[in-house]
Amino acid sequence: MNILRLDINGLLDCLSSWAGGQELYGPVKDGWRRISRDGLEAVVSIPPGAPKAPIKTFFLAQPETLFTFSARHGDDDAWIPTPPKEAPNRRVLFGVRPCDARSIALNSMPYRDDPYYQARMDKTAVVGLSCNETCSTCFCKSVGGSPYGTEGLDILLTKADGGFIAEVLTSKGEGLLEKGTGTPAGDGDMARLKALRDAAQAGTSDTQALSASFKAKNLMQLYNARLWQGLSEPCLNCGACTFLCPTCYCFDIQDEVVRQAGRRIRYWDSCMFPLFTLHASGHNPRGEKIKRVRNRFMHKLKYFTERFGALSCVGCGRCIRECPVNIDIREVIRDLLSVE
Amino acid sequence: MSDTNAKITEEIRAKARELLSSGEIAAFLGFTSGSLPMTTRPFVAKRPGDADKLIWNSFCVMNLANYLPALLESLEPPRGPKDPPPAGPLPKVGVVATGCCSRNIVVQMQERQVDRSRLVILGVSSRGMVDRKKVMAAAEGREPLKVEEGGHTLKVSGRDYELEIDRWSAVRDNCLTCAHNNPVISDYLIGPVSNRDVKDRFAQIEAIEAMPANARWKWFTDEIASCIRCYACRNACPLCYCPTCFVDDSRPQWVGKSTEPADTALFHILRAFHCAGRCTDCGACESACPMGIKMRLFTRKLSKDAFNLFGAEAGLDPQAQPPLATYRPDDPEEFLIVEEKK
Ligand code: SF4
Ligand code: SF4
Ligand code: SF4
Ligand code: SF4
Ligand code: SF4
Repeated sequence: MNILRLDINGLLDCLSSWAGGQELYGPVKDGWRRISRDGLEAVVSIPPGAPKAPIKTFFLAQPETLFTFSARHGDDDAWIPTPPKEAPNRRVLFGVRPCDARSIALNSMPYRDDPYYQARMDKTAVVGLSCNETCSTCFCKSVGGSPYGTEGLDILLTKADGGFIAEVLTSKGEGLLEKGTGTPAGDGDMARLKALRDAAQAGTSDTQALSASFKAKNLMQLYNARLWQGLSEPCLNCGACTFLCPTCYCFDIQDEVVRQAGRRIRYWDSCMFPLFTLHASGHNPRGEKIKRVRNRFMHKLKYFTERFGALSCVGCGRCIRECPVNIDIREVIRDLLSVE
Repeated sequence: MSDTNAKITEEIRAKARELLSSGEIAAFLGFTSGSLPMTTRPFVAKRPGDADKLIWNSFCVMNLANYLPALLESLEPPRGPKDPPPAGPLPKVGVVATGCCSRNIVVQMQERQVDRSRLVILGVSSRGMVDRKKVMAAAEGREPLKVEEGGHTLKVSGRDYELEIDRWSAVRDNCLTCAHNNPVISDYLIGPVSNRDVKDRFAQIEAIEAMPANARWKWFTDEIASCIRCYACRNACPLCYCPTCFVDDSRPQWVGKSTEPADTALFHILRAFHCAGRCTDCGACESACPMGIKMRLFTRKLSKDAFNLFGAEAGLDPQAQPPLATYRPDDPEEFLIVEEKK
């Protein structure tokens, strides 16, 4: 791993070359926007916390065209799937918070063999910005991450002493930097970085503790816990929490035909919607709200954890901030851990 | 907490406790406090002791009528889909209702979604609920860690700032133009009655109507551009109770499922029209939206039309027919395009 020191002009030069050579995206206000060469200032000062729009938009396109087909009966290739023509462009995501970066790594476990997700991963370089300041809803440290975490990133930038310390983490990260960018970081920079990391971690002895606790819990006891009733009562069963959540990755598939040109699309779905589990027979195994609310939390905290070893939550706090009825996953975690 | 809120909270708790203790109601639907500043949670109290968790403040923005049909049903003895309803009175529910919420209950009565005899309504006059997005905007991106409500002010503070804003400046757009802030039906009235009066109740809509067509279309498409199709607006609305919504249907697929602009636009236009003549402008849809989309203006336009064309205002009289479910020979029909026979 290569560690560099960059001043603000050095960073602006990098951004400028990325904006010119490929597509550059960064958080502007609540969303992820394409950044052009004359809009670079907008992304160098980013408010604390994760932006409202989730990073998953770049990997789980809304919608993803799986293939196209002709729906014209006379055509030779009628109804024969053709792979989508447009390949994803090369792009750099800048200003990604460590929690969001971690979500990319977590999601790529269930999507390991998914060519669409992986093609988007291949084309994307992720440049992170660590969190010298956090929000009251941030809890990355309790779920296995860190405000200075590097998982899922190609480069991590940390603001320090009027400039940036850049940790170049992967060969893709190396490839982003032109020769002669920045200066090698000195011992002082390394010490500074370590001090920031240690300070952020102070008080949290073991960031894997929560996933271990959930793995140790009895599944049926959690499933049958009494708390689901009261917890689900106010829930609107909307998609605000799951659609904004970076680690929610469920989808549905539909065929759309417009003027005899067909496409099969994959688009976001949510376990909070009744349709999610509706069978063709009319039976719905999660027909009641309580079962859907339970599934969202059980999937994040128990099922995913057992299967992939980490919680499917990176602690970004979006669901807490944006739920219209303030269902707070931190309270759910606390209450579930006390289930005997 | 402001004195008025504290008093209303006390009265709601006392009444809920009394109704639950006496067995008159089986459940009481109100609000409890949330985990972040400016948030509240709809809350069902089932035991007299739960009543102490009930609260009242300017952030009670969800419409409780939305929960009533399901809550009432959950209290009925279980029965099969073909079994007749049980004989004798069914358990009752107590509910806190402001002007708009009480009007939504009236709409639900008109549309046979709730049975008035099973409700005990605690009416509260609304002083105008506060829009937390407006408060956030006033804090200019700094996170509010504490928000204290005074009589006419909001004290907002965070890590390194403190700010006092005029409460009225942060009141929700729908409350600013509300002409029915006192409950239209109730069994008990709680707190002071409001004598607020509005003159320009459709001014927001008139401003949009005055735009040239292409500017109006741009306004509309810009407004919904960030929609994520989460349906929080639909699900927060007490008017939306269809077992399968048109957006969820896949055979036929009325509306495309992704967030491509045409699909999103169609969703919003159709949703608004389904609420025409029924919407009480409670603003729950707008308060629920995570993306800050002002979709309430679409339904407001239709309320204006229903009012101007048919003299109809939703949810004022349980006996009245909803305007789109009835016909009068003198109904205006200027929107019909009639070609003269030569
Ligand atoms: S959750 Fe952690 S990584 Fe994410 S924005 Fe907050 S402090 Fe940063
Ligand atoms: S938890 Fe909140 S955001 Fe999620 S579905 Fe329920 S009401 Fe919507
Ligand atoms: S569950 Fe909530 S806090 Fe966790 S990753 Fe998803 S949105 Fe963020
Ligand atoms: S459309 Fe919006 S304002 Fe109208 S009744 Fe429904 S939630 Fe209330
Ligand atoms: S709540 Fe907002 S983001 Fe969600 S569907 Fe409605 S308008 Fe779109």
